[in-house]
Amino acid sequence: MASTIRVRAIAGADTTEVQALVQHPMDSGFVKNAKGELIPPHHIETVQFETGGKTVFTALWGPAVSKDPFVKFSFKGGKKGDDLKITWVDNKGATDTTTAKIM
Amino acid sequence: MFIAKLPDLRTSRRGLLKGAALATVLGASLNVMRSVAAFAADAAGWPAEAFKLKSQDDTLKALYGKTAEASDKVKLDAPEIAENGAVVPISVSTTLPKVTSISLMVAENPNALAASYKIPEGTLPAVSNRLKMAKTSKVIAIVESDGKLYSASKEVKVTVGGCGG
Amino acid sequence: MMRGLALLVALGMLAGPQFARAEATKSSPEKDMKAFQAYFTNKFPKVPLKDFVNGPYSMNEGLRKQWIEKETFPPYDFALDHGKELFNKPFKNGKTFADCFPNKGIGIRQNYPYFDNKTNEVITLEVAVNQCLEKNGEKPYNYMKDDMAAVTAYMAFTSRGKPFNIKVPKNNPKALEAYEKGKQYFYQRRGQFNFSCASCHVQEPGEHIRAEVLAPALGILNAMPIYRSEWGGMGTISRRFTSCNSQVRGVPLKPQDPEYRNVEYYLSYMANGLPISGPGARP
Repeated sequence: MASTIRVRAIAGADTTEVQALVQHPMDSGFVKNAKGELIPPHHIETVQFETGGKTVFTALWGPAVSKDPFVKFSFKGGKKGDDLKITWVDNKGATDTTTAKIM
Repeated sequence: MFIAKLPDLRTSRRGLLKGAALATVLGASLNVMRSVAAFAADAAGWPAEAFKLKSQDDTLKALYGKTAEASDKVKLDAPEIAENGAVVPISVSTTLPKVTSISLMVAENPNALAASYKIPEGTLPAVSNRLKMAKTSKVIAIVESDGKLYSASKEVKVTVGGCGG
Repeated sequence: MMRGLALLVALGMLAGPQFARAEATKSSPEKDMKAFQAYFTNKFPKVPLKDFVNGPYSMNEGLRKQWIEKETFPPYDFALDHGKELFNKPFKNGKTFADCFPNKGIGIRQNYPYFDNKTNEVITLEVAVNQCLEKNGEKPYNYMKDDMAAVTAYMAFTSRGKPFNIKVPKNNPKALEAYEKGKQYFYQRRGQFNFSCASCHVQEPGEHIRAEVLAPALGILNAMPIYRSEWGGMGTISRRFTSCNSQVRGVPLKPQDPEYRNVEYYLSYMANGLPISGPGARP
């Protein structure tokens, strides 16, 4: 199965910009289905970004983050060819991880 | 020892209250011990309590144990009128020093806290994301800089709600 | 407002009864297209012709900024990847979509719909995809979303930038008839609200209907299929046409009904020369 995590990490002069798009329903728990029943909350809780043995960013998400969530940030350092590892865990305990090369 | 207690935070109401009390005490002591972001949750954990609160003040208390002061050094970029409340692109950046955390709240959402980001040393104090807004509301950006909280807010008009309405 | 009416009169139709004049006037698809495009470029002199394919984003700066942010890492990315997988996956008989389409199905989206002179019907891309599946013993897709949206998203993507190149063959009067029927459908009022497609997309592009900003009819299909924030997912041309009918409180036709195919034929022809921009993201 294809990864749920799409990432673009581009190394600049002194910083690396990271953009990630994650496939996830991010159900808030406030929406009803066609039968009028509440669809239970199903959303990512944490996303961890690591490179060179160090965590460079942690996202703590609640149900108010949009479906198929997107996040962008930058960190100092990082060079082309380095590995960037991204891991998410959702409220049901499901998880996915991917490692991308910084470009 | 504290880490082992984390699963209780979400399984039962009693566990939640007990966990919250424990977290507040430990959170306060963590504040004393280190200058990095002190969350009412472990470094790998998720601040369940903070995500459940309705008011901004309660959220900040649960998340940071502090209050915030408005600062023009916090830049919040959000549209005047959201094209759709389900997907509102919002960015925060700041010139403040020693930033350890950036959080976003949506005042009129069922729960104020939308997202919170941990900024380790070496990471730029800026983040872009897409949030859901239930209706027209103030969006509040919180920046934790050198142990203190600073905020900026902007009203975003929402005509089509992001929660399925 | 006057210009809009002038256009409608020039095209020989205002409402129902007058459509019969189409044959009597000296209009042609080519002339219609030129008048249609001129109407929009005159109404919006600051919008470059190619920008009309961006729908409401060509009409409203505030929306456009949000769209540009979304496009940096677009929500349709997952459907696009899935579409590519489906497109390349062999059927049970070993063949693939490439075997059904000219140029192996790559970079051809801008030629759809076309008029099939043998069966005398309008063939849209969605219909062609399902014909390919059926011909190879596979189950056809639901027209509205999911796999159909994914495959047409991929095919549109391979045609990005290519201008619409719709033909109404002169040697077959049935083709012109289908085109004219599509035009008629477009300008005909329907539903409880008594709106025609033109009521919103020709008369009021850029204006608000309740909370939404209306897209101009020119280039309105170029970005299809689309990921709509409102749907929280992808939708095809079929999905949009049926929902438009429901939105004016009319009874939607079945997806890919001949009437829908005709109006897709007409609208696509009107956008000849404008680039395919699909798949797209919309509010």
